Amino acid sequence: MNRIRHPSPIRREVPVNRRDFIILAIKGTAAMVLVKGLDGIFRPPEVQAWTSPLRFVFLVDTYKCIGCGFCVKACKLENEIPFDADVSRTWVERYVVTGDGEVFADTPKEARYGFTTGRIELGRGKFKDIPREKIKKAFFVPKLCNQCAKPSCVQVCPVGATYQNADGVVLVDRKWCIGCGYCIMACPYGMRFFHPTYHVADKCNFCYHRINQGLLPACVQECPTGARQIGNIKNPEDPVEKIIRTRQVAIHKPEYGTNPQVYYIGLGEEVR
Amino acid sequence: MHILRPLYVVLAFAAIILIARSFWVPNDFGTHEQGYTYGWYRQSNIEEWKNFTVKYRGREFCETCHAAQEQKLASAHHKNIECESCHGPAFFHPADPLKLVLDRSRELCLRCHTSLFYLNSQRSQIKGINPDQHNPGLECVLCHEPHKASKPH
Repeated sequence: MNRIRHPSPIRREVPVNRRDFIILAIKGTAAMVLVKGLDGIFRPPEVQAWTSPLRFVFLVDTYKCIGCGFCVKACKLENEIPFDADVSRTWVERYVVTGDGEVFADTPKEARYGFTTGRIELGRGKFKDIPREKIKKAFFVPKLCNQCAKPSCVQVCPVGATYQNADGVVLVDRKWCIGCGYCIMACPYGMRFFHPTYHVADKCNFCYHRINQGLLPACVQECPTGARQIGNIKNPEDPVEKIIRTRQVAIHKPEYGTNPQVYYIGLGEEVR
Repeated sequence: MHILRPLYVVLAFAAIILIARSFWVPNDFGTHEQGYTYGWYRQSNIEEWKNFTVKYRGREFCETCHAAQEQKLASAHHKNIECESCHGPAFFHPADPLKLVLDRSRELCLRCHTSLFYLNSQRSQIKGINPDQHNPGLECVLCHEPHKASKPH
């Protein structure tokens, strides 16, 4: 009777003495502690457990915007940005597309005086009149800080002067900012600027002092057509959250991966 | 070992910087909820921003004293326009300032009422004029009452 004999597992004497065993145990424990420690550094428990019930989001309806610029005026006065300085936390852009496919865009004085003429500002003191019959498409786009979920401006700050708050708003610490301007360069949307009197970086913060008192941001309050709205995306009953969830909305420059939290209804492809 | 002396200088320098830092940097500066990448900041700054002064007080604030004007405006075409858009921010009115600065300029009206043929915008639905042809140089409020109807009085 020939039976195939499977080779039995090789038994080898592994010389484990007490000394080696103790050294191996110490090494193993050290490795485990190291892995656990690194996990704690890169993913602290606070981050893992971060579930704020409040996340401010903004909604802009470009169709409703009439280019009056009351938002820009209110923003400048509310947030103490020198009115005649050519910087602003928010502005309104005008886009005019002609029948030939040419796109003209301007924002005269950030629209702090509104759009009171049909002439397009081309820069360097030049203007262009576009006759009514040549206009194919024309609309206004209000712009403000996107309060990105992954803000690149915060990542580059070397001193921890700008940060994302638990409610999603990105703030600038005026006492801590050294004015290096790195964040101004890092913002893909050009929302940051150098404050002419405080000499620090500045940007829209959804009127943080107002929204924390239950008031609307100054631009939202002064908008006569309801083109600007603010809401809490964590609240399923919030009207703004409902619109973002149930309608087609777009964000600016999604290719940058900053995850903006300002949503637009009717964002044209011409908008830069 | 005299060769180690420069090392002591470097260590002393580092110690001085660390000690100075512990005095200079406030206790609430550090990594907060959002982690090191987004949440490395001075916590008391949040309170500083919350205490920023509110300037635009809103229609409800105006209404507490100027209820009659508010009623008049509520039935007008301009009901969607906030008082402070034309009358200026209230701050702590009437204590400070005693009187608001009213913008009566033609340019204020033209913000909305310059006729612009922008079909993709609600602007094209607002009654507008050509400012170069319609009584140029004159204040609109000479003929039009902004709180009431749109027709000249």
